[in-house]
Amino acid sequence: MGLLLVAGFAAAFVCDTFNLADQYLAQIIMYIGINVILTVSLNLVNGYMGEFSVGHAAFMAVGAYAASFFSVSVFPQNPAFFPLSLFAGGICAAFLGFMIAVPAFRARDDYLAIITLALIMITKSVLENLPWFGGPQGYHGIQKYTNLSGVYLCTIASIMVIRNIVYSNFGRGIIAVRDDEVAANLVSVDTKQVKILAFVISSFFAGIAGGLFAHLIQFINPRTFSILKSTDILLMLYLGGSGTIIGSILGAAIWTVLIEALRFLGIWRFVFAPVALVMLMIYRPLGIMGGREWRLFIPKENDHGRKK
Amino acid sequence: MIVQQALNALQLGSIYALIALGYSMVYGVLRLINFAHGDIFMIGSYAALFLAVYLNMPIALILPLAFCAVGLLGVTIERLAYRPLRTAPRASAVITALGVGLFLETITLAVVGPEPKKFPALIDLNIITIGAFTATNIQIIIIAVSIALMTALDRLIAKTKTGMAMRALSWDKTYAPLFGINVDKIISFTFAIGAGLAAVAGIFVGLAYPIIDPYMGIIVGWKAFVSAVIGGIGNVKGAVVGGFLLGAVEILSAAFLPSTYKDMIVFGLLLIILLFRPSGLFGVPVQKKV
Repeated sequence: MGLLLVAGFAAAFVCDTFNLADQYLAQIIMYIGINVILTVSLNLVNGYMGEFSVGHAAFMAVGAYAASFFSVSVFPQNPAFFPLSLFAGGICAAFLGFMIAVPAFRARDDYLAIITLALIMITKSVLENLPWFGGPQGYHGIQKYTNLSGVYLCTIASIMVIRNIVYSNFGRGIIAVRDDEVAANLVSVDTKQVKILAFVISSFFAGIAGGLFAHLIQFINPRTFSILKSTDILLMLYLGGSGTIIGSILGAAIWTVLIEALRFLGIWRFVFAPVALVMLMIYRPLGIMGGREWRLFIPKENDHGRKK
Repeated sequence: MIVQQALNALQLGSIYALIALGYSMVYGVLRLINFAHGDIFMIGSYAALFLAVYLNMPIALILPLAFCAVGLLGVTIERLAYRPLRTAPRASAVITALGVGLFLETITLAVVGPEPKKFPALIDLNIITIGAFTATNIQIIIIAVSIALMTALDRLIAKTKTGMAMRALSWDKTYAPLFGINVDKIISFTFAIGAGLAAVAGIFVGLAYPIIDPYMGIIVGWKAFVSAVIGGIGNVKGAVVGGFLLGAVEILSAAFLPSTYKDMIVFGLLLIILLFRPSGLFGVPVQKKV
């Protein structure tokens, strides 16, 4: 497996250096990677922890704006500093996640959805009113630093981190919160801490994805990160099936490719997509994967179905 | 000036309150945040536009017709999309609601196009002046009809058998059917009334701010949702109070700040209220049991 991952990186790196990949194809692949990061990280909160957050667009926005600010105004204009800008974007998003998680988890279930919704609206409004980020006109002058190998590394890293969290002791706490919060508390899971930490980690990766996204399309404005962006991420998550890593990956990949492939339908593809989603929810409420995980993502000691 | 602003606030508040009622009633009986409700409101606006422009109907006919047609749409949405999911995980139902909303938005976009449409002047604008006090007849009609509808709804919920059944259902879903309440019928009825009220709000928006577009349901719908939450979602009186409160806050902030700050203030208010009263102004805190 390790070998395969290295080979994948080598392929992405070669494609970048010698400009082998078709521009359009490379773009789609990078979109898939970014969407996988978003979906997998949202999965931690919505899938494994069983909460319902709709705020991923806001964390993505903060990551995108912060990373762009660092790469344009703080660091020298050099791709070598790009990972640092990305990281800074992730940290800013994580900080916002922390700020919102502390009050949000004091209230009851549905209120996380409501508070994160308010967060999206406020973030968009704040970004529109801040003069030094271009306001409603958007942020210009971002260099194209995002490339295949960068997206590849970030995607693999986020999948690995989320997967390792889920199967760690802390991850068992997250799943216990989903299954029964009061009971989890009784068996000494510090549910408050678990919830806040999971939310912060999830926001961090959304911020990274936002940074990658900004340096891919080179132009961002507050409207890019509206509630529709969050809806998109939620669709990808529940399409693939929440609560599994492979579900998030499949959901993000299928949705991205489908929307691209149906481009000839024009606006009608956005009419059929929600209908398909509603049908999916009715006939397969657990998504394509139906709650089953790909065996590769299950650690050996947890895989009780594997033959010894 | 102050009276004018108060009237503006009441007008906007009645529109928010009418939509918020639908969110709150559906949440009451189904524990579902009906994210498609804002788009149902938008459909109401377009239905009225269609009736007025192509069938040349007067406002007195448009109001009841749009109420019934959109009410029927609400019932259909519940029947096709939400009913199969009553026992499903809650996330599936919420995602379905988002999907239905997206569907209504995009199908309107595909059918009528993205460009904003001018809503016909269904009522001739008259300015009424009494001393220093001026108001338009449209403002007065909107406020009066909204208050009449809300009073009627309040009487319906408080006095009739159907209303009693609705209250019973929102009190306890498990035991209500044991007392001979037809759950499906009550839920359909709730959706019909909620969607109908949203359609009326759609017409009022068309009268008061006569440019409509397929995306209007998003921002107005979300704000109405905020009103419902501020009042305590599931609580009908709370939705009305929340609607008027939000209308007042928005008009006030627009009077003193640039209009781009409006959303920030509205949603900031939501966060602050939730911080101190997590169940809203009139909501009852829910205790979690093992």
